[in-house]
Amino acid sequence: MTNRYVFLYASAMVVVVALVLSSAATLLRPLQERNMRIEKMQNILSAINIPAPRAEAEALFNQYITTAKIVNYRGEEIEGDAFEVELQDEVRKDLADRQLPVFIADVDGEVFYILPIRGNGLWGPIWGYIGLESDLTTIAGANFDHASETPGLGAEIADKPFQEQFTGKRIFDEEGNFRPVRVVKGRAPADDLHAVDGVSGGTITSNGVTNMLREGLAAYKSYFEKIKTT
Amino acid sequence: MSENSNTQKEALFSPQNRKLLSNPLGKDNPINVQVLGICSVLAITVQLRTSIVMAISVVAVMGLANVIISLLRKTIPPRIRIIVQLTVIASLVILVDQVLKAFVYDVSRQLSVFVGLIITNCIIMGRLEAYALNNKPWPSFLDGIGNAFGYGWVLLTVGFFRELFGSGTLMGYQVIPGFLYDLGYENNGFMILPPMALITVGIIIWVHRHRDRSLVDIS
Repeated sequence: MTNRYVFLYASAMVVVVALVLSSAATLLRPLQERNMRIEKMQNILSAINIPAPRAEAEALFNQYITTAKIVNYRGEEIEGDAFEVELQDEVRKDLADRQLPVFIADVDGEVFYILPIRGNGLWGPIWGYIGLESDLTTIAGANFDHASETPGLGAEIADKPFQEQFTGKRIFDEEGNFRPVRVVKGRAPADDLHAVDGVSGGTITSNGVTNMLREGLAAYKSYFEKIKTT
Repeated sequence: MSENSNTQKEALFSPQNRKLLSNPLGKDNPINVQVLGICSVLAITVQLRTSIVMAISVVAVMGLANVIISLLRKTIPPRIRIIVQLTVIASLVILVDQVLKAFVYDVSRQLSVFVGLIITNCIIMGRLEAYALNNKPWPSFLDGIGNAFGYGWVLLTVGFFRELFGSGTLMGYQVIPGFLYDLGYENNGFMILPPMALITVGIIIWVHRHRDRSLVDIS
């Protein structure tokens, strides 16, 4: 078989494969996007501890999430659909241009604020949703996910036991200073309201969560103040 | 180079063809005997559900890859045959991944990187290189799914025991009754860690060799 044949064969193969894969991707895109929307709703609800099975996620989301809005770093409301904000684009912008989504839930008369955050783990991005009680200080729940952290190590941040530690922690201390929750190596002191246990073997991912919480929540500081004073 | 030269038509399920299916389940099992594809066995057998989806995905990829390579076998330039094999496997894996993402999103999230890693499952390329490249499509298909089933049953067995003892559930449903926990029974957290998968595979290999003495190396 001549070189010519080998080259032609390889080129034809690449073209065929490209056609097959791109048409499959295009055909399945709508279904996949729907799944991702539902997952996002599940994650938002999970940050206020409402378990939402796939089939009911959309209905529960519409039932509990009463307001979804975008604010800027000064806490002023801006136009737009909060659900459609892509955090991965926002975290690259300067703080002044950033769109900060806020989801407000009403669960049987109790108000919760759910804020999306995003940062970097060891191998890739990590993100999550923090649910705050109406005092805007106590964490009601947290939900984290990751793109490619190591299974069994850093990937544990996406598991319930890690996330449940955040419930009841605080992001402001008694004097009202901003003091977000840190993920510490090893065990956090039991009475520390601003720290949780790290993931063993996942220190860089744990630090990523700490930084994500600090930077992500800091962006909302003016917004918190605005609500607290009114 | 065992191209079937006889022109008379061979029955679809001739004894020879049946062997292609049955051998990998036992005597030539890719995991128990050839010890291939161990990596994914350790990684995705914490739950039965992920094991099943992985097994089905591998059956689909292997069956199709073997048929495609077998159909192309006379045209593939020997010098780039490995590249062609990899391209075929990789494309099929991407297709499987896309289909899982569209139809069983939760499972696809759990399998995460491991669907992509089907590409590196040495069983698949091993069969393409050793069988499909030299044989007709139908026997190649049988050889492919035979080996995938051989891989699959070990996967399911490991997944079954790991979920049962590690979480007390099967397919996510609680099967260990509550009163046992009241009596002091506890889920074995070790079972959900990868090392226990290795030990479980080891036990399966032990039982397998105990039952089939011809596998025991008596040198």
